[in-house]
Amino acid sequence: MHEMSLTESVIGIIEDEARRQNFLRVRAVVLEIGALACAEPEAMRFCFDVVSRGTPAEGARLDIVRVAGAGWCFDCEREVALAERFAPCPDCGRSRVRMTGGDEMRVLEMEVE
Amino acid sequence: MCTVCGCNDDTPAGKQKDDAHTHDHPHDHGHHHHHDHDHTHAADHTHASPGTLDYGAGLAGVHVPGLSQERIVRIERDILSKNAGFARANRARLADRGIFALNLVSSPGSGKTSLLVRTIEALAPHRAIAVIEGDQQTSNDAARIRATGVPAVQVNTGKGCHLDAHMVGHALDELAPATGSLLFIENVGNLVCPAAFDLGEAHKVVVLSVTEGEDKPLKYPDMFAASDLMLLNKSDLLPHLDFDLAACMANALRVNPALQILTVSARTGEGLPAWLAWIEARAARVASVPQPLQAG
Repeated sequence: MHEMSLTESVIGIIEDEARRQNFLRVRAVVLEIGALACAEPEAMRFCFDVVSRGTPAEGARLDIVRVAGAGWCFDCEREVALAERFAPCPDCGRSRVRMTGGDEMRVLEMEVE
Repeated sequence: MCTVCGCNDDTPAGKQKDDAHTHDHPHDHGHHHHHDHDHTHAADHTHASPGTLDYGAGLAGVHVPGLSQERIVRIERDILSKNAGFARANRARLADRGIFALNLVSSPGSGKTSLLVRTIEALAPHRAIAVIEGDQQTSNDAARIRATGVPAVQVNTGKGCHLDAHMVGHALDELAPATGSLLFIENVGNLVCPAAFDLGEAHKVVVLSVTEGEDKPLKYPDMFAASDLMLLNKSDLLPHLDFDLAACMANALRVNPALQILTVSARTGEGLPAWLAWIEARAARVASVPQPLQAG
């Protein structure tokens, strides 16, 4: 369950920013987790409640923005939707697809006070 | 569901109820807000409906400092940025000393440690080698490595399911591998979590044994996508199994078309020369990088 470590990293980033930008409390955190990223949003929600205790993010709302998977099909020579990292091209059915998006794991923004 | 107070305000009825209840925790602003959006919106969303906390457009867009205690802080930092920083530091440190590092990953029981012991026995006579062993508990594996005569540091991750770059940095302090040596990092046996954590290694090498299913690369694609080499271990057992070697390789290549594959047996030594040659060829490249001249 590496979501625990990922969530600890999120809290670490929040604490860094709290020191740097001088705020005490976070009301909402917006994460961006791609559909092909190796993290389960529901597991991160669970971990967030646990890991945020005693930090400026305690009790904060966690919003998770999903980014759809995308890849470049070398045969169609264009970007196509990817439901899974290793999925074939949805148009031509061939597997010469390189993932171009959807593996994002980022802290986008926070609402602070 | 609202994570502040637990109210469920997805419906108008929920919103009504929500207006009436009070919080039992300190709430140092004067109002309560409804979260009647579905938590899957884009960051720059707007809500037209009344009574909605419209932080996306309302605050981030037109926020005037000093007029409100609330503010939006744009961060856009990778969640793994901290680990990436430690990994960069490890990589620079290894490069400075011409050390070639491999991160061995697999599920538990794939024969990783046996393969490593065999590899060390073959390479140690003409190579300095150091090992970082990752396990949740026990130092059994480090003891097995030390029995071969090479230095090893055991990292116990406790409840952790993977090594991270910070742990490896500390292990490097402890181990102080010799200039020009080979460093093997044996990760925690886990085909999922270690995939996401760069340790500063030159390559991830995934070990898959033929006693596992040939669809493992499809079931756990992240690990096979993150690796540069797959070692199919326990090949000596192939005659006794229904394992479809070709199907396994095809599955792995579907996930990662650039993946290199070698079939080996730590038990009989079959295929080991190719694996050793793979290491030597890459390690030679690292070691041949000109070192800065020593002053004096």
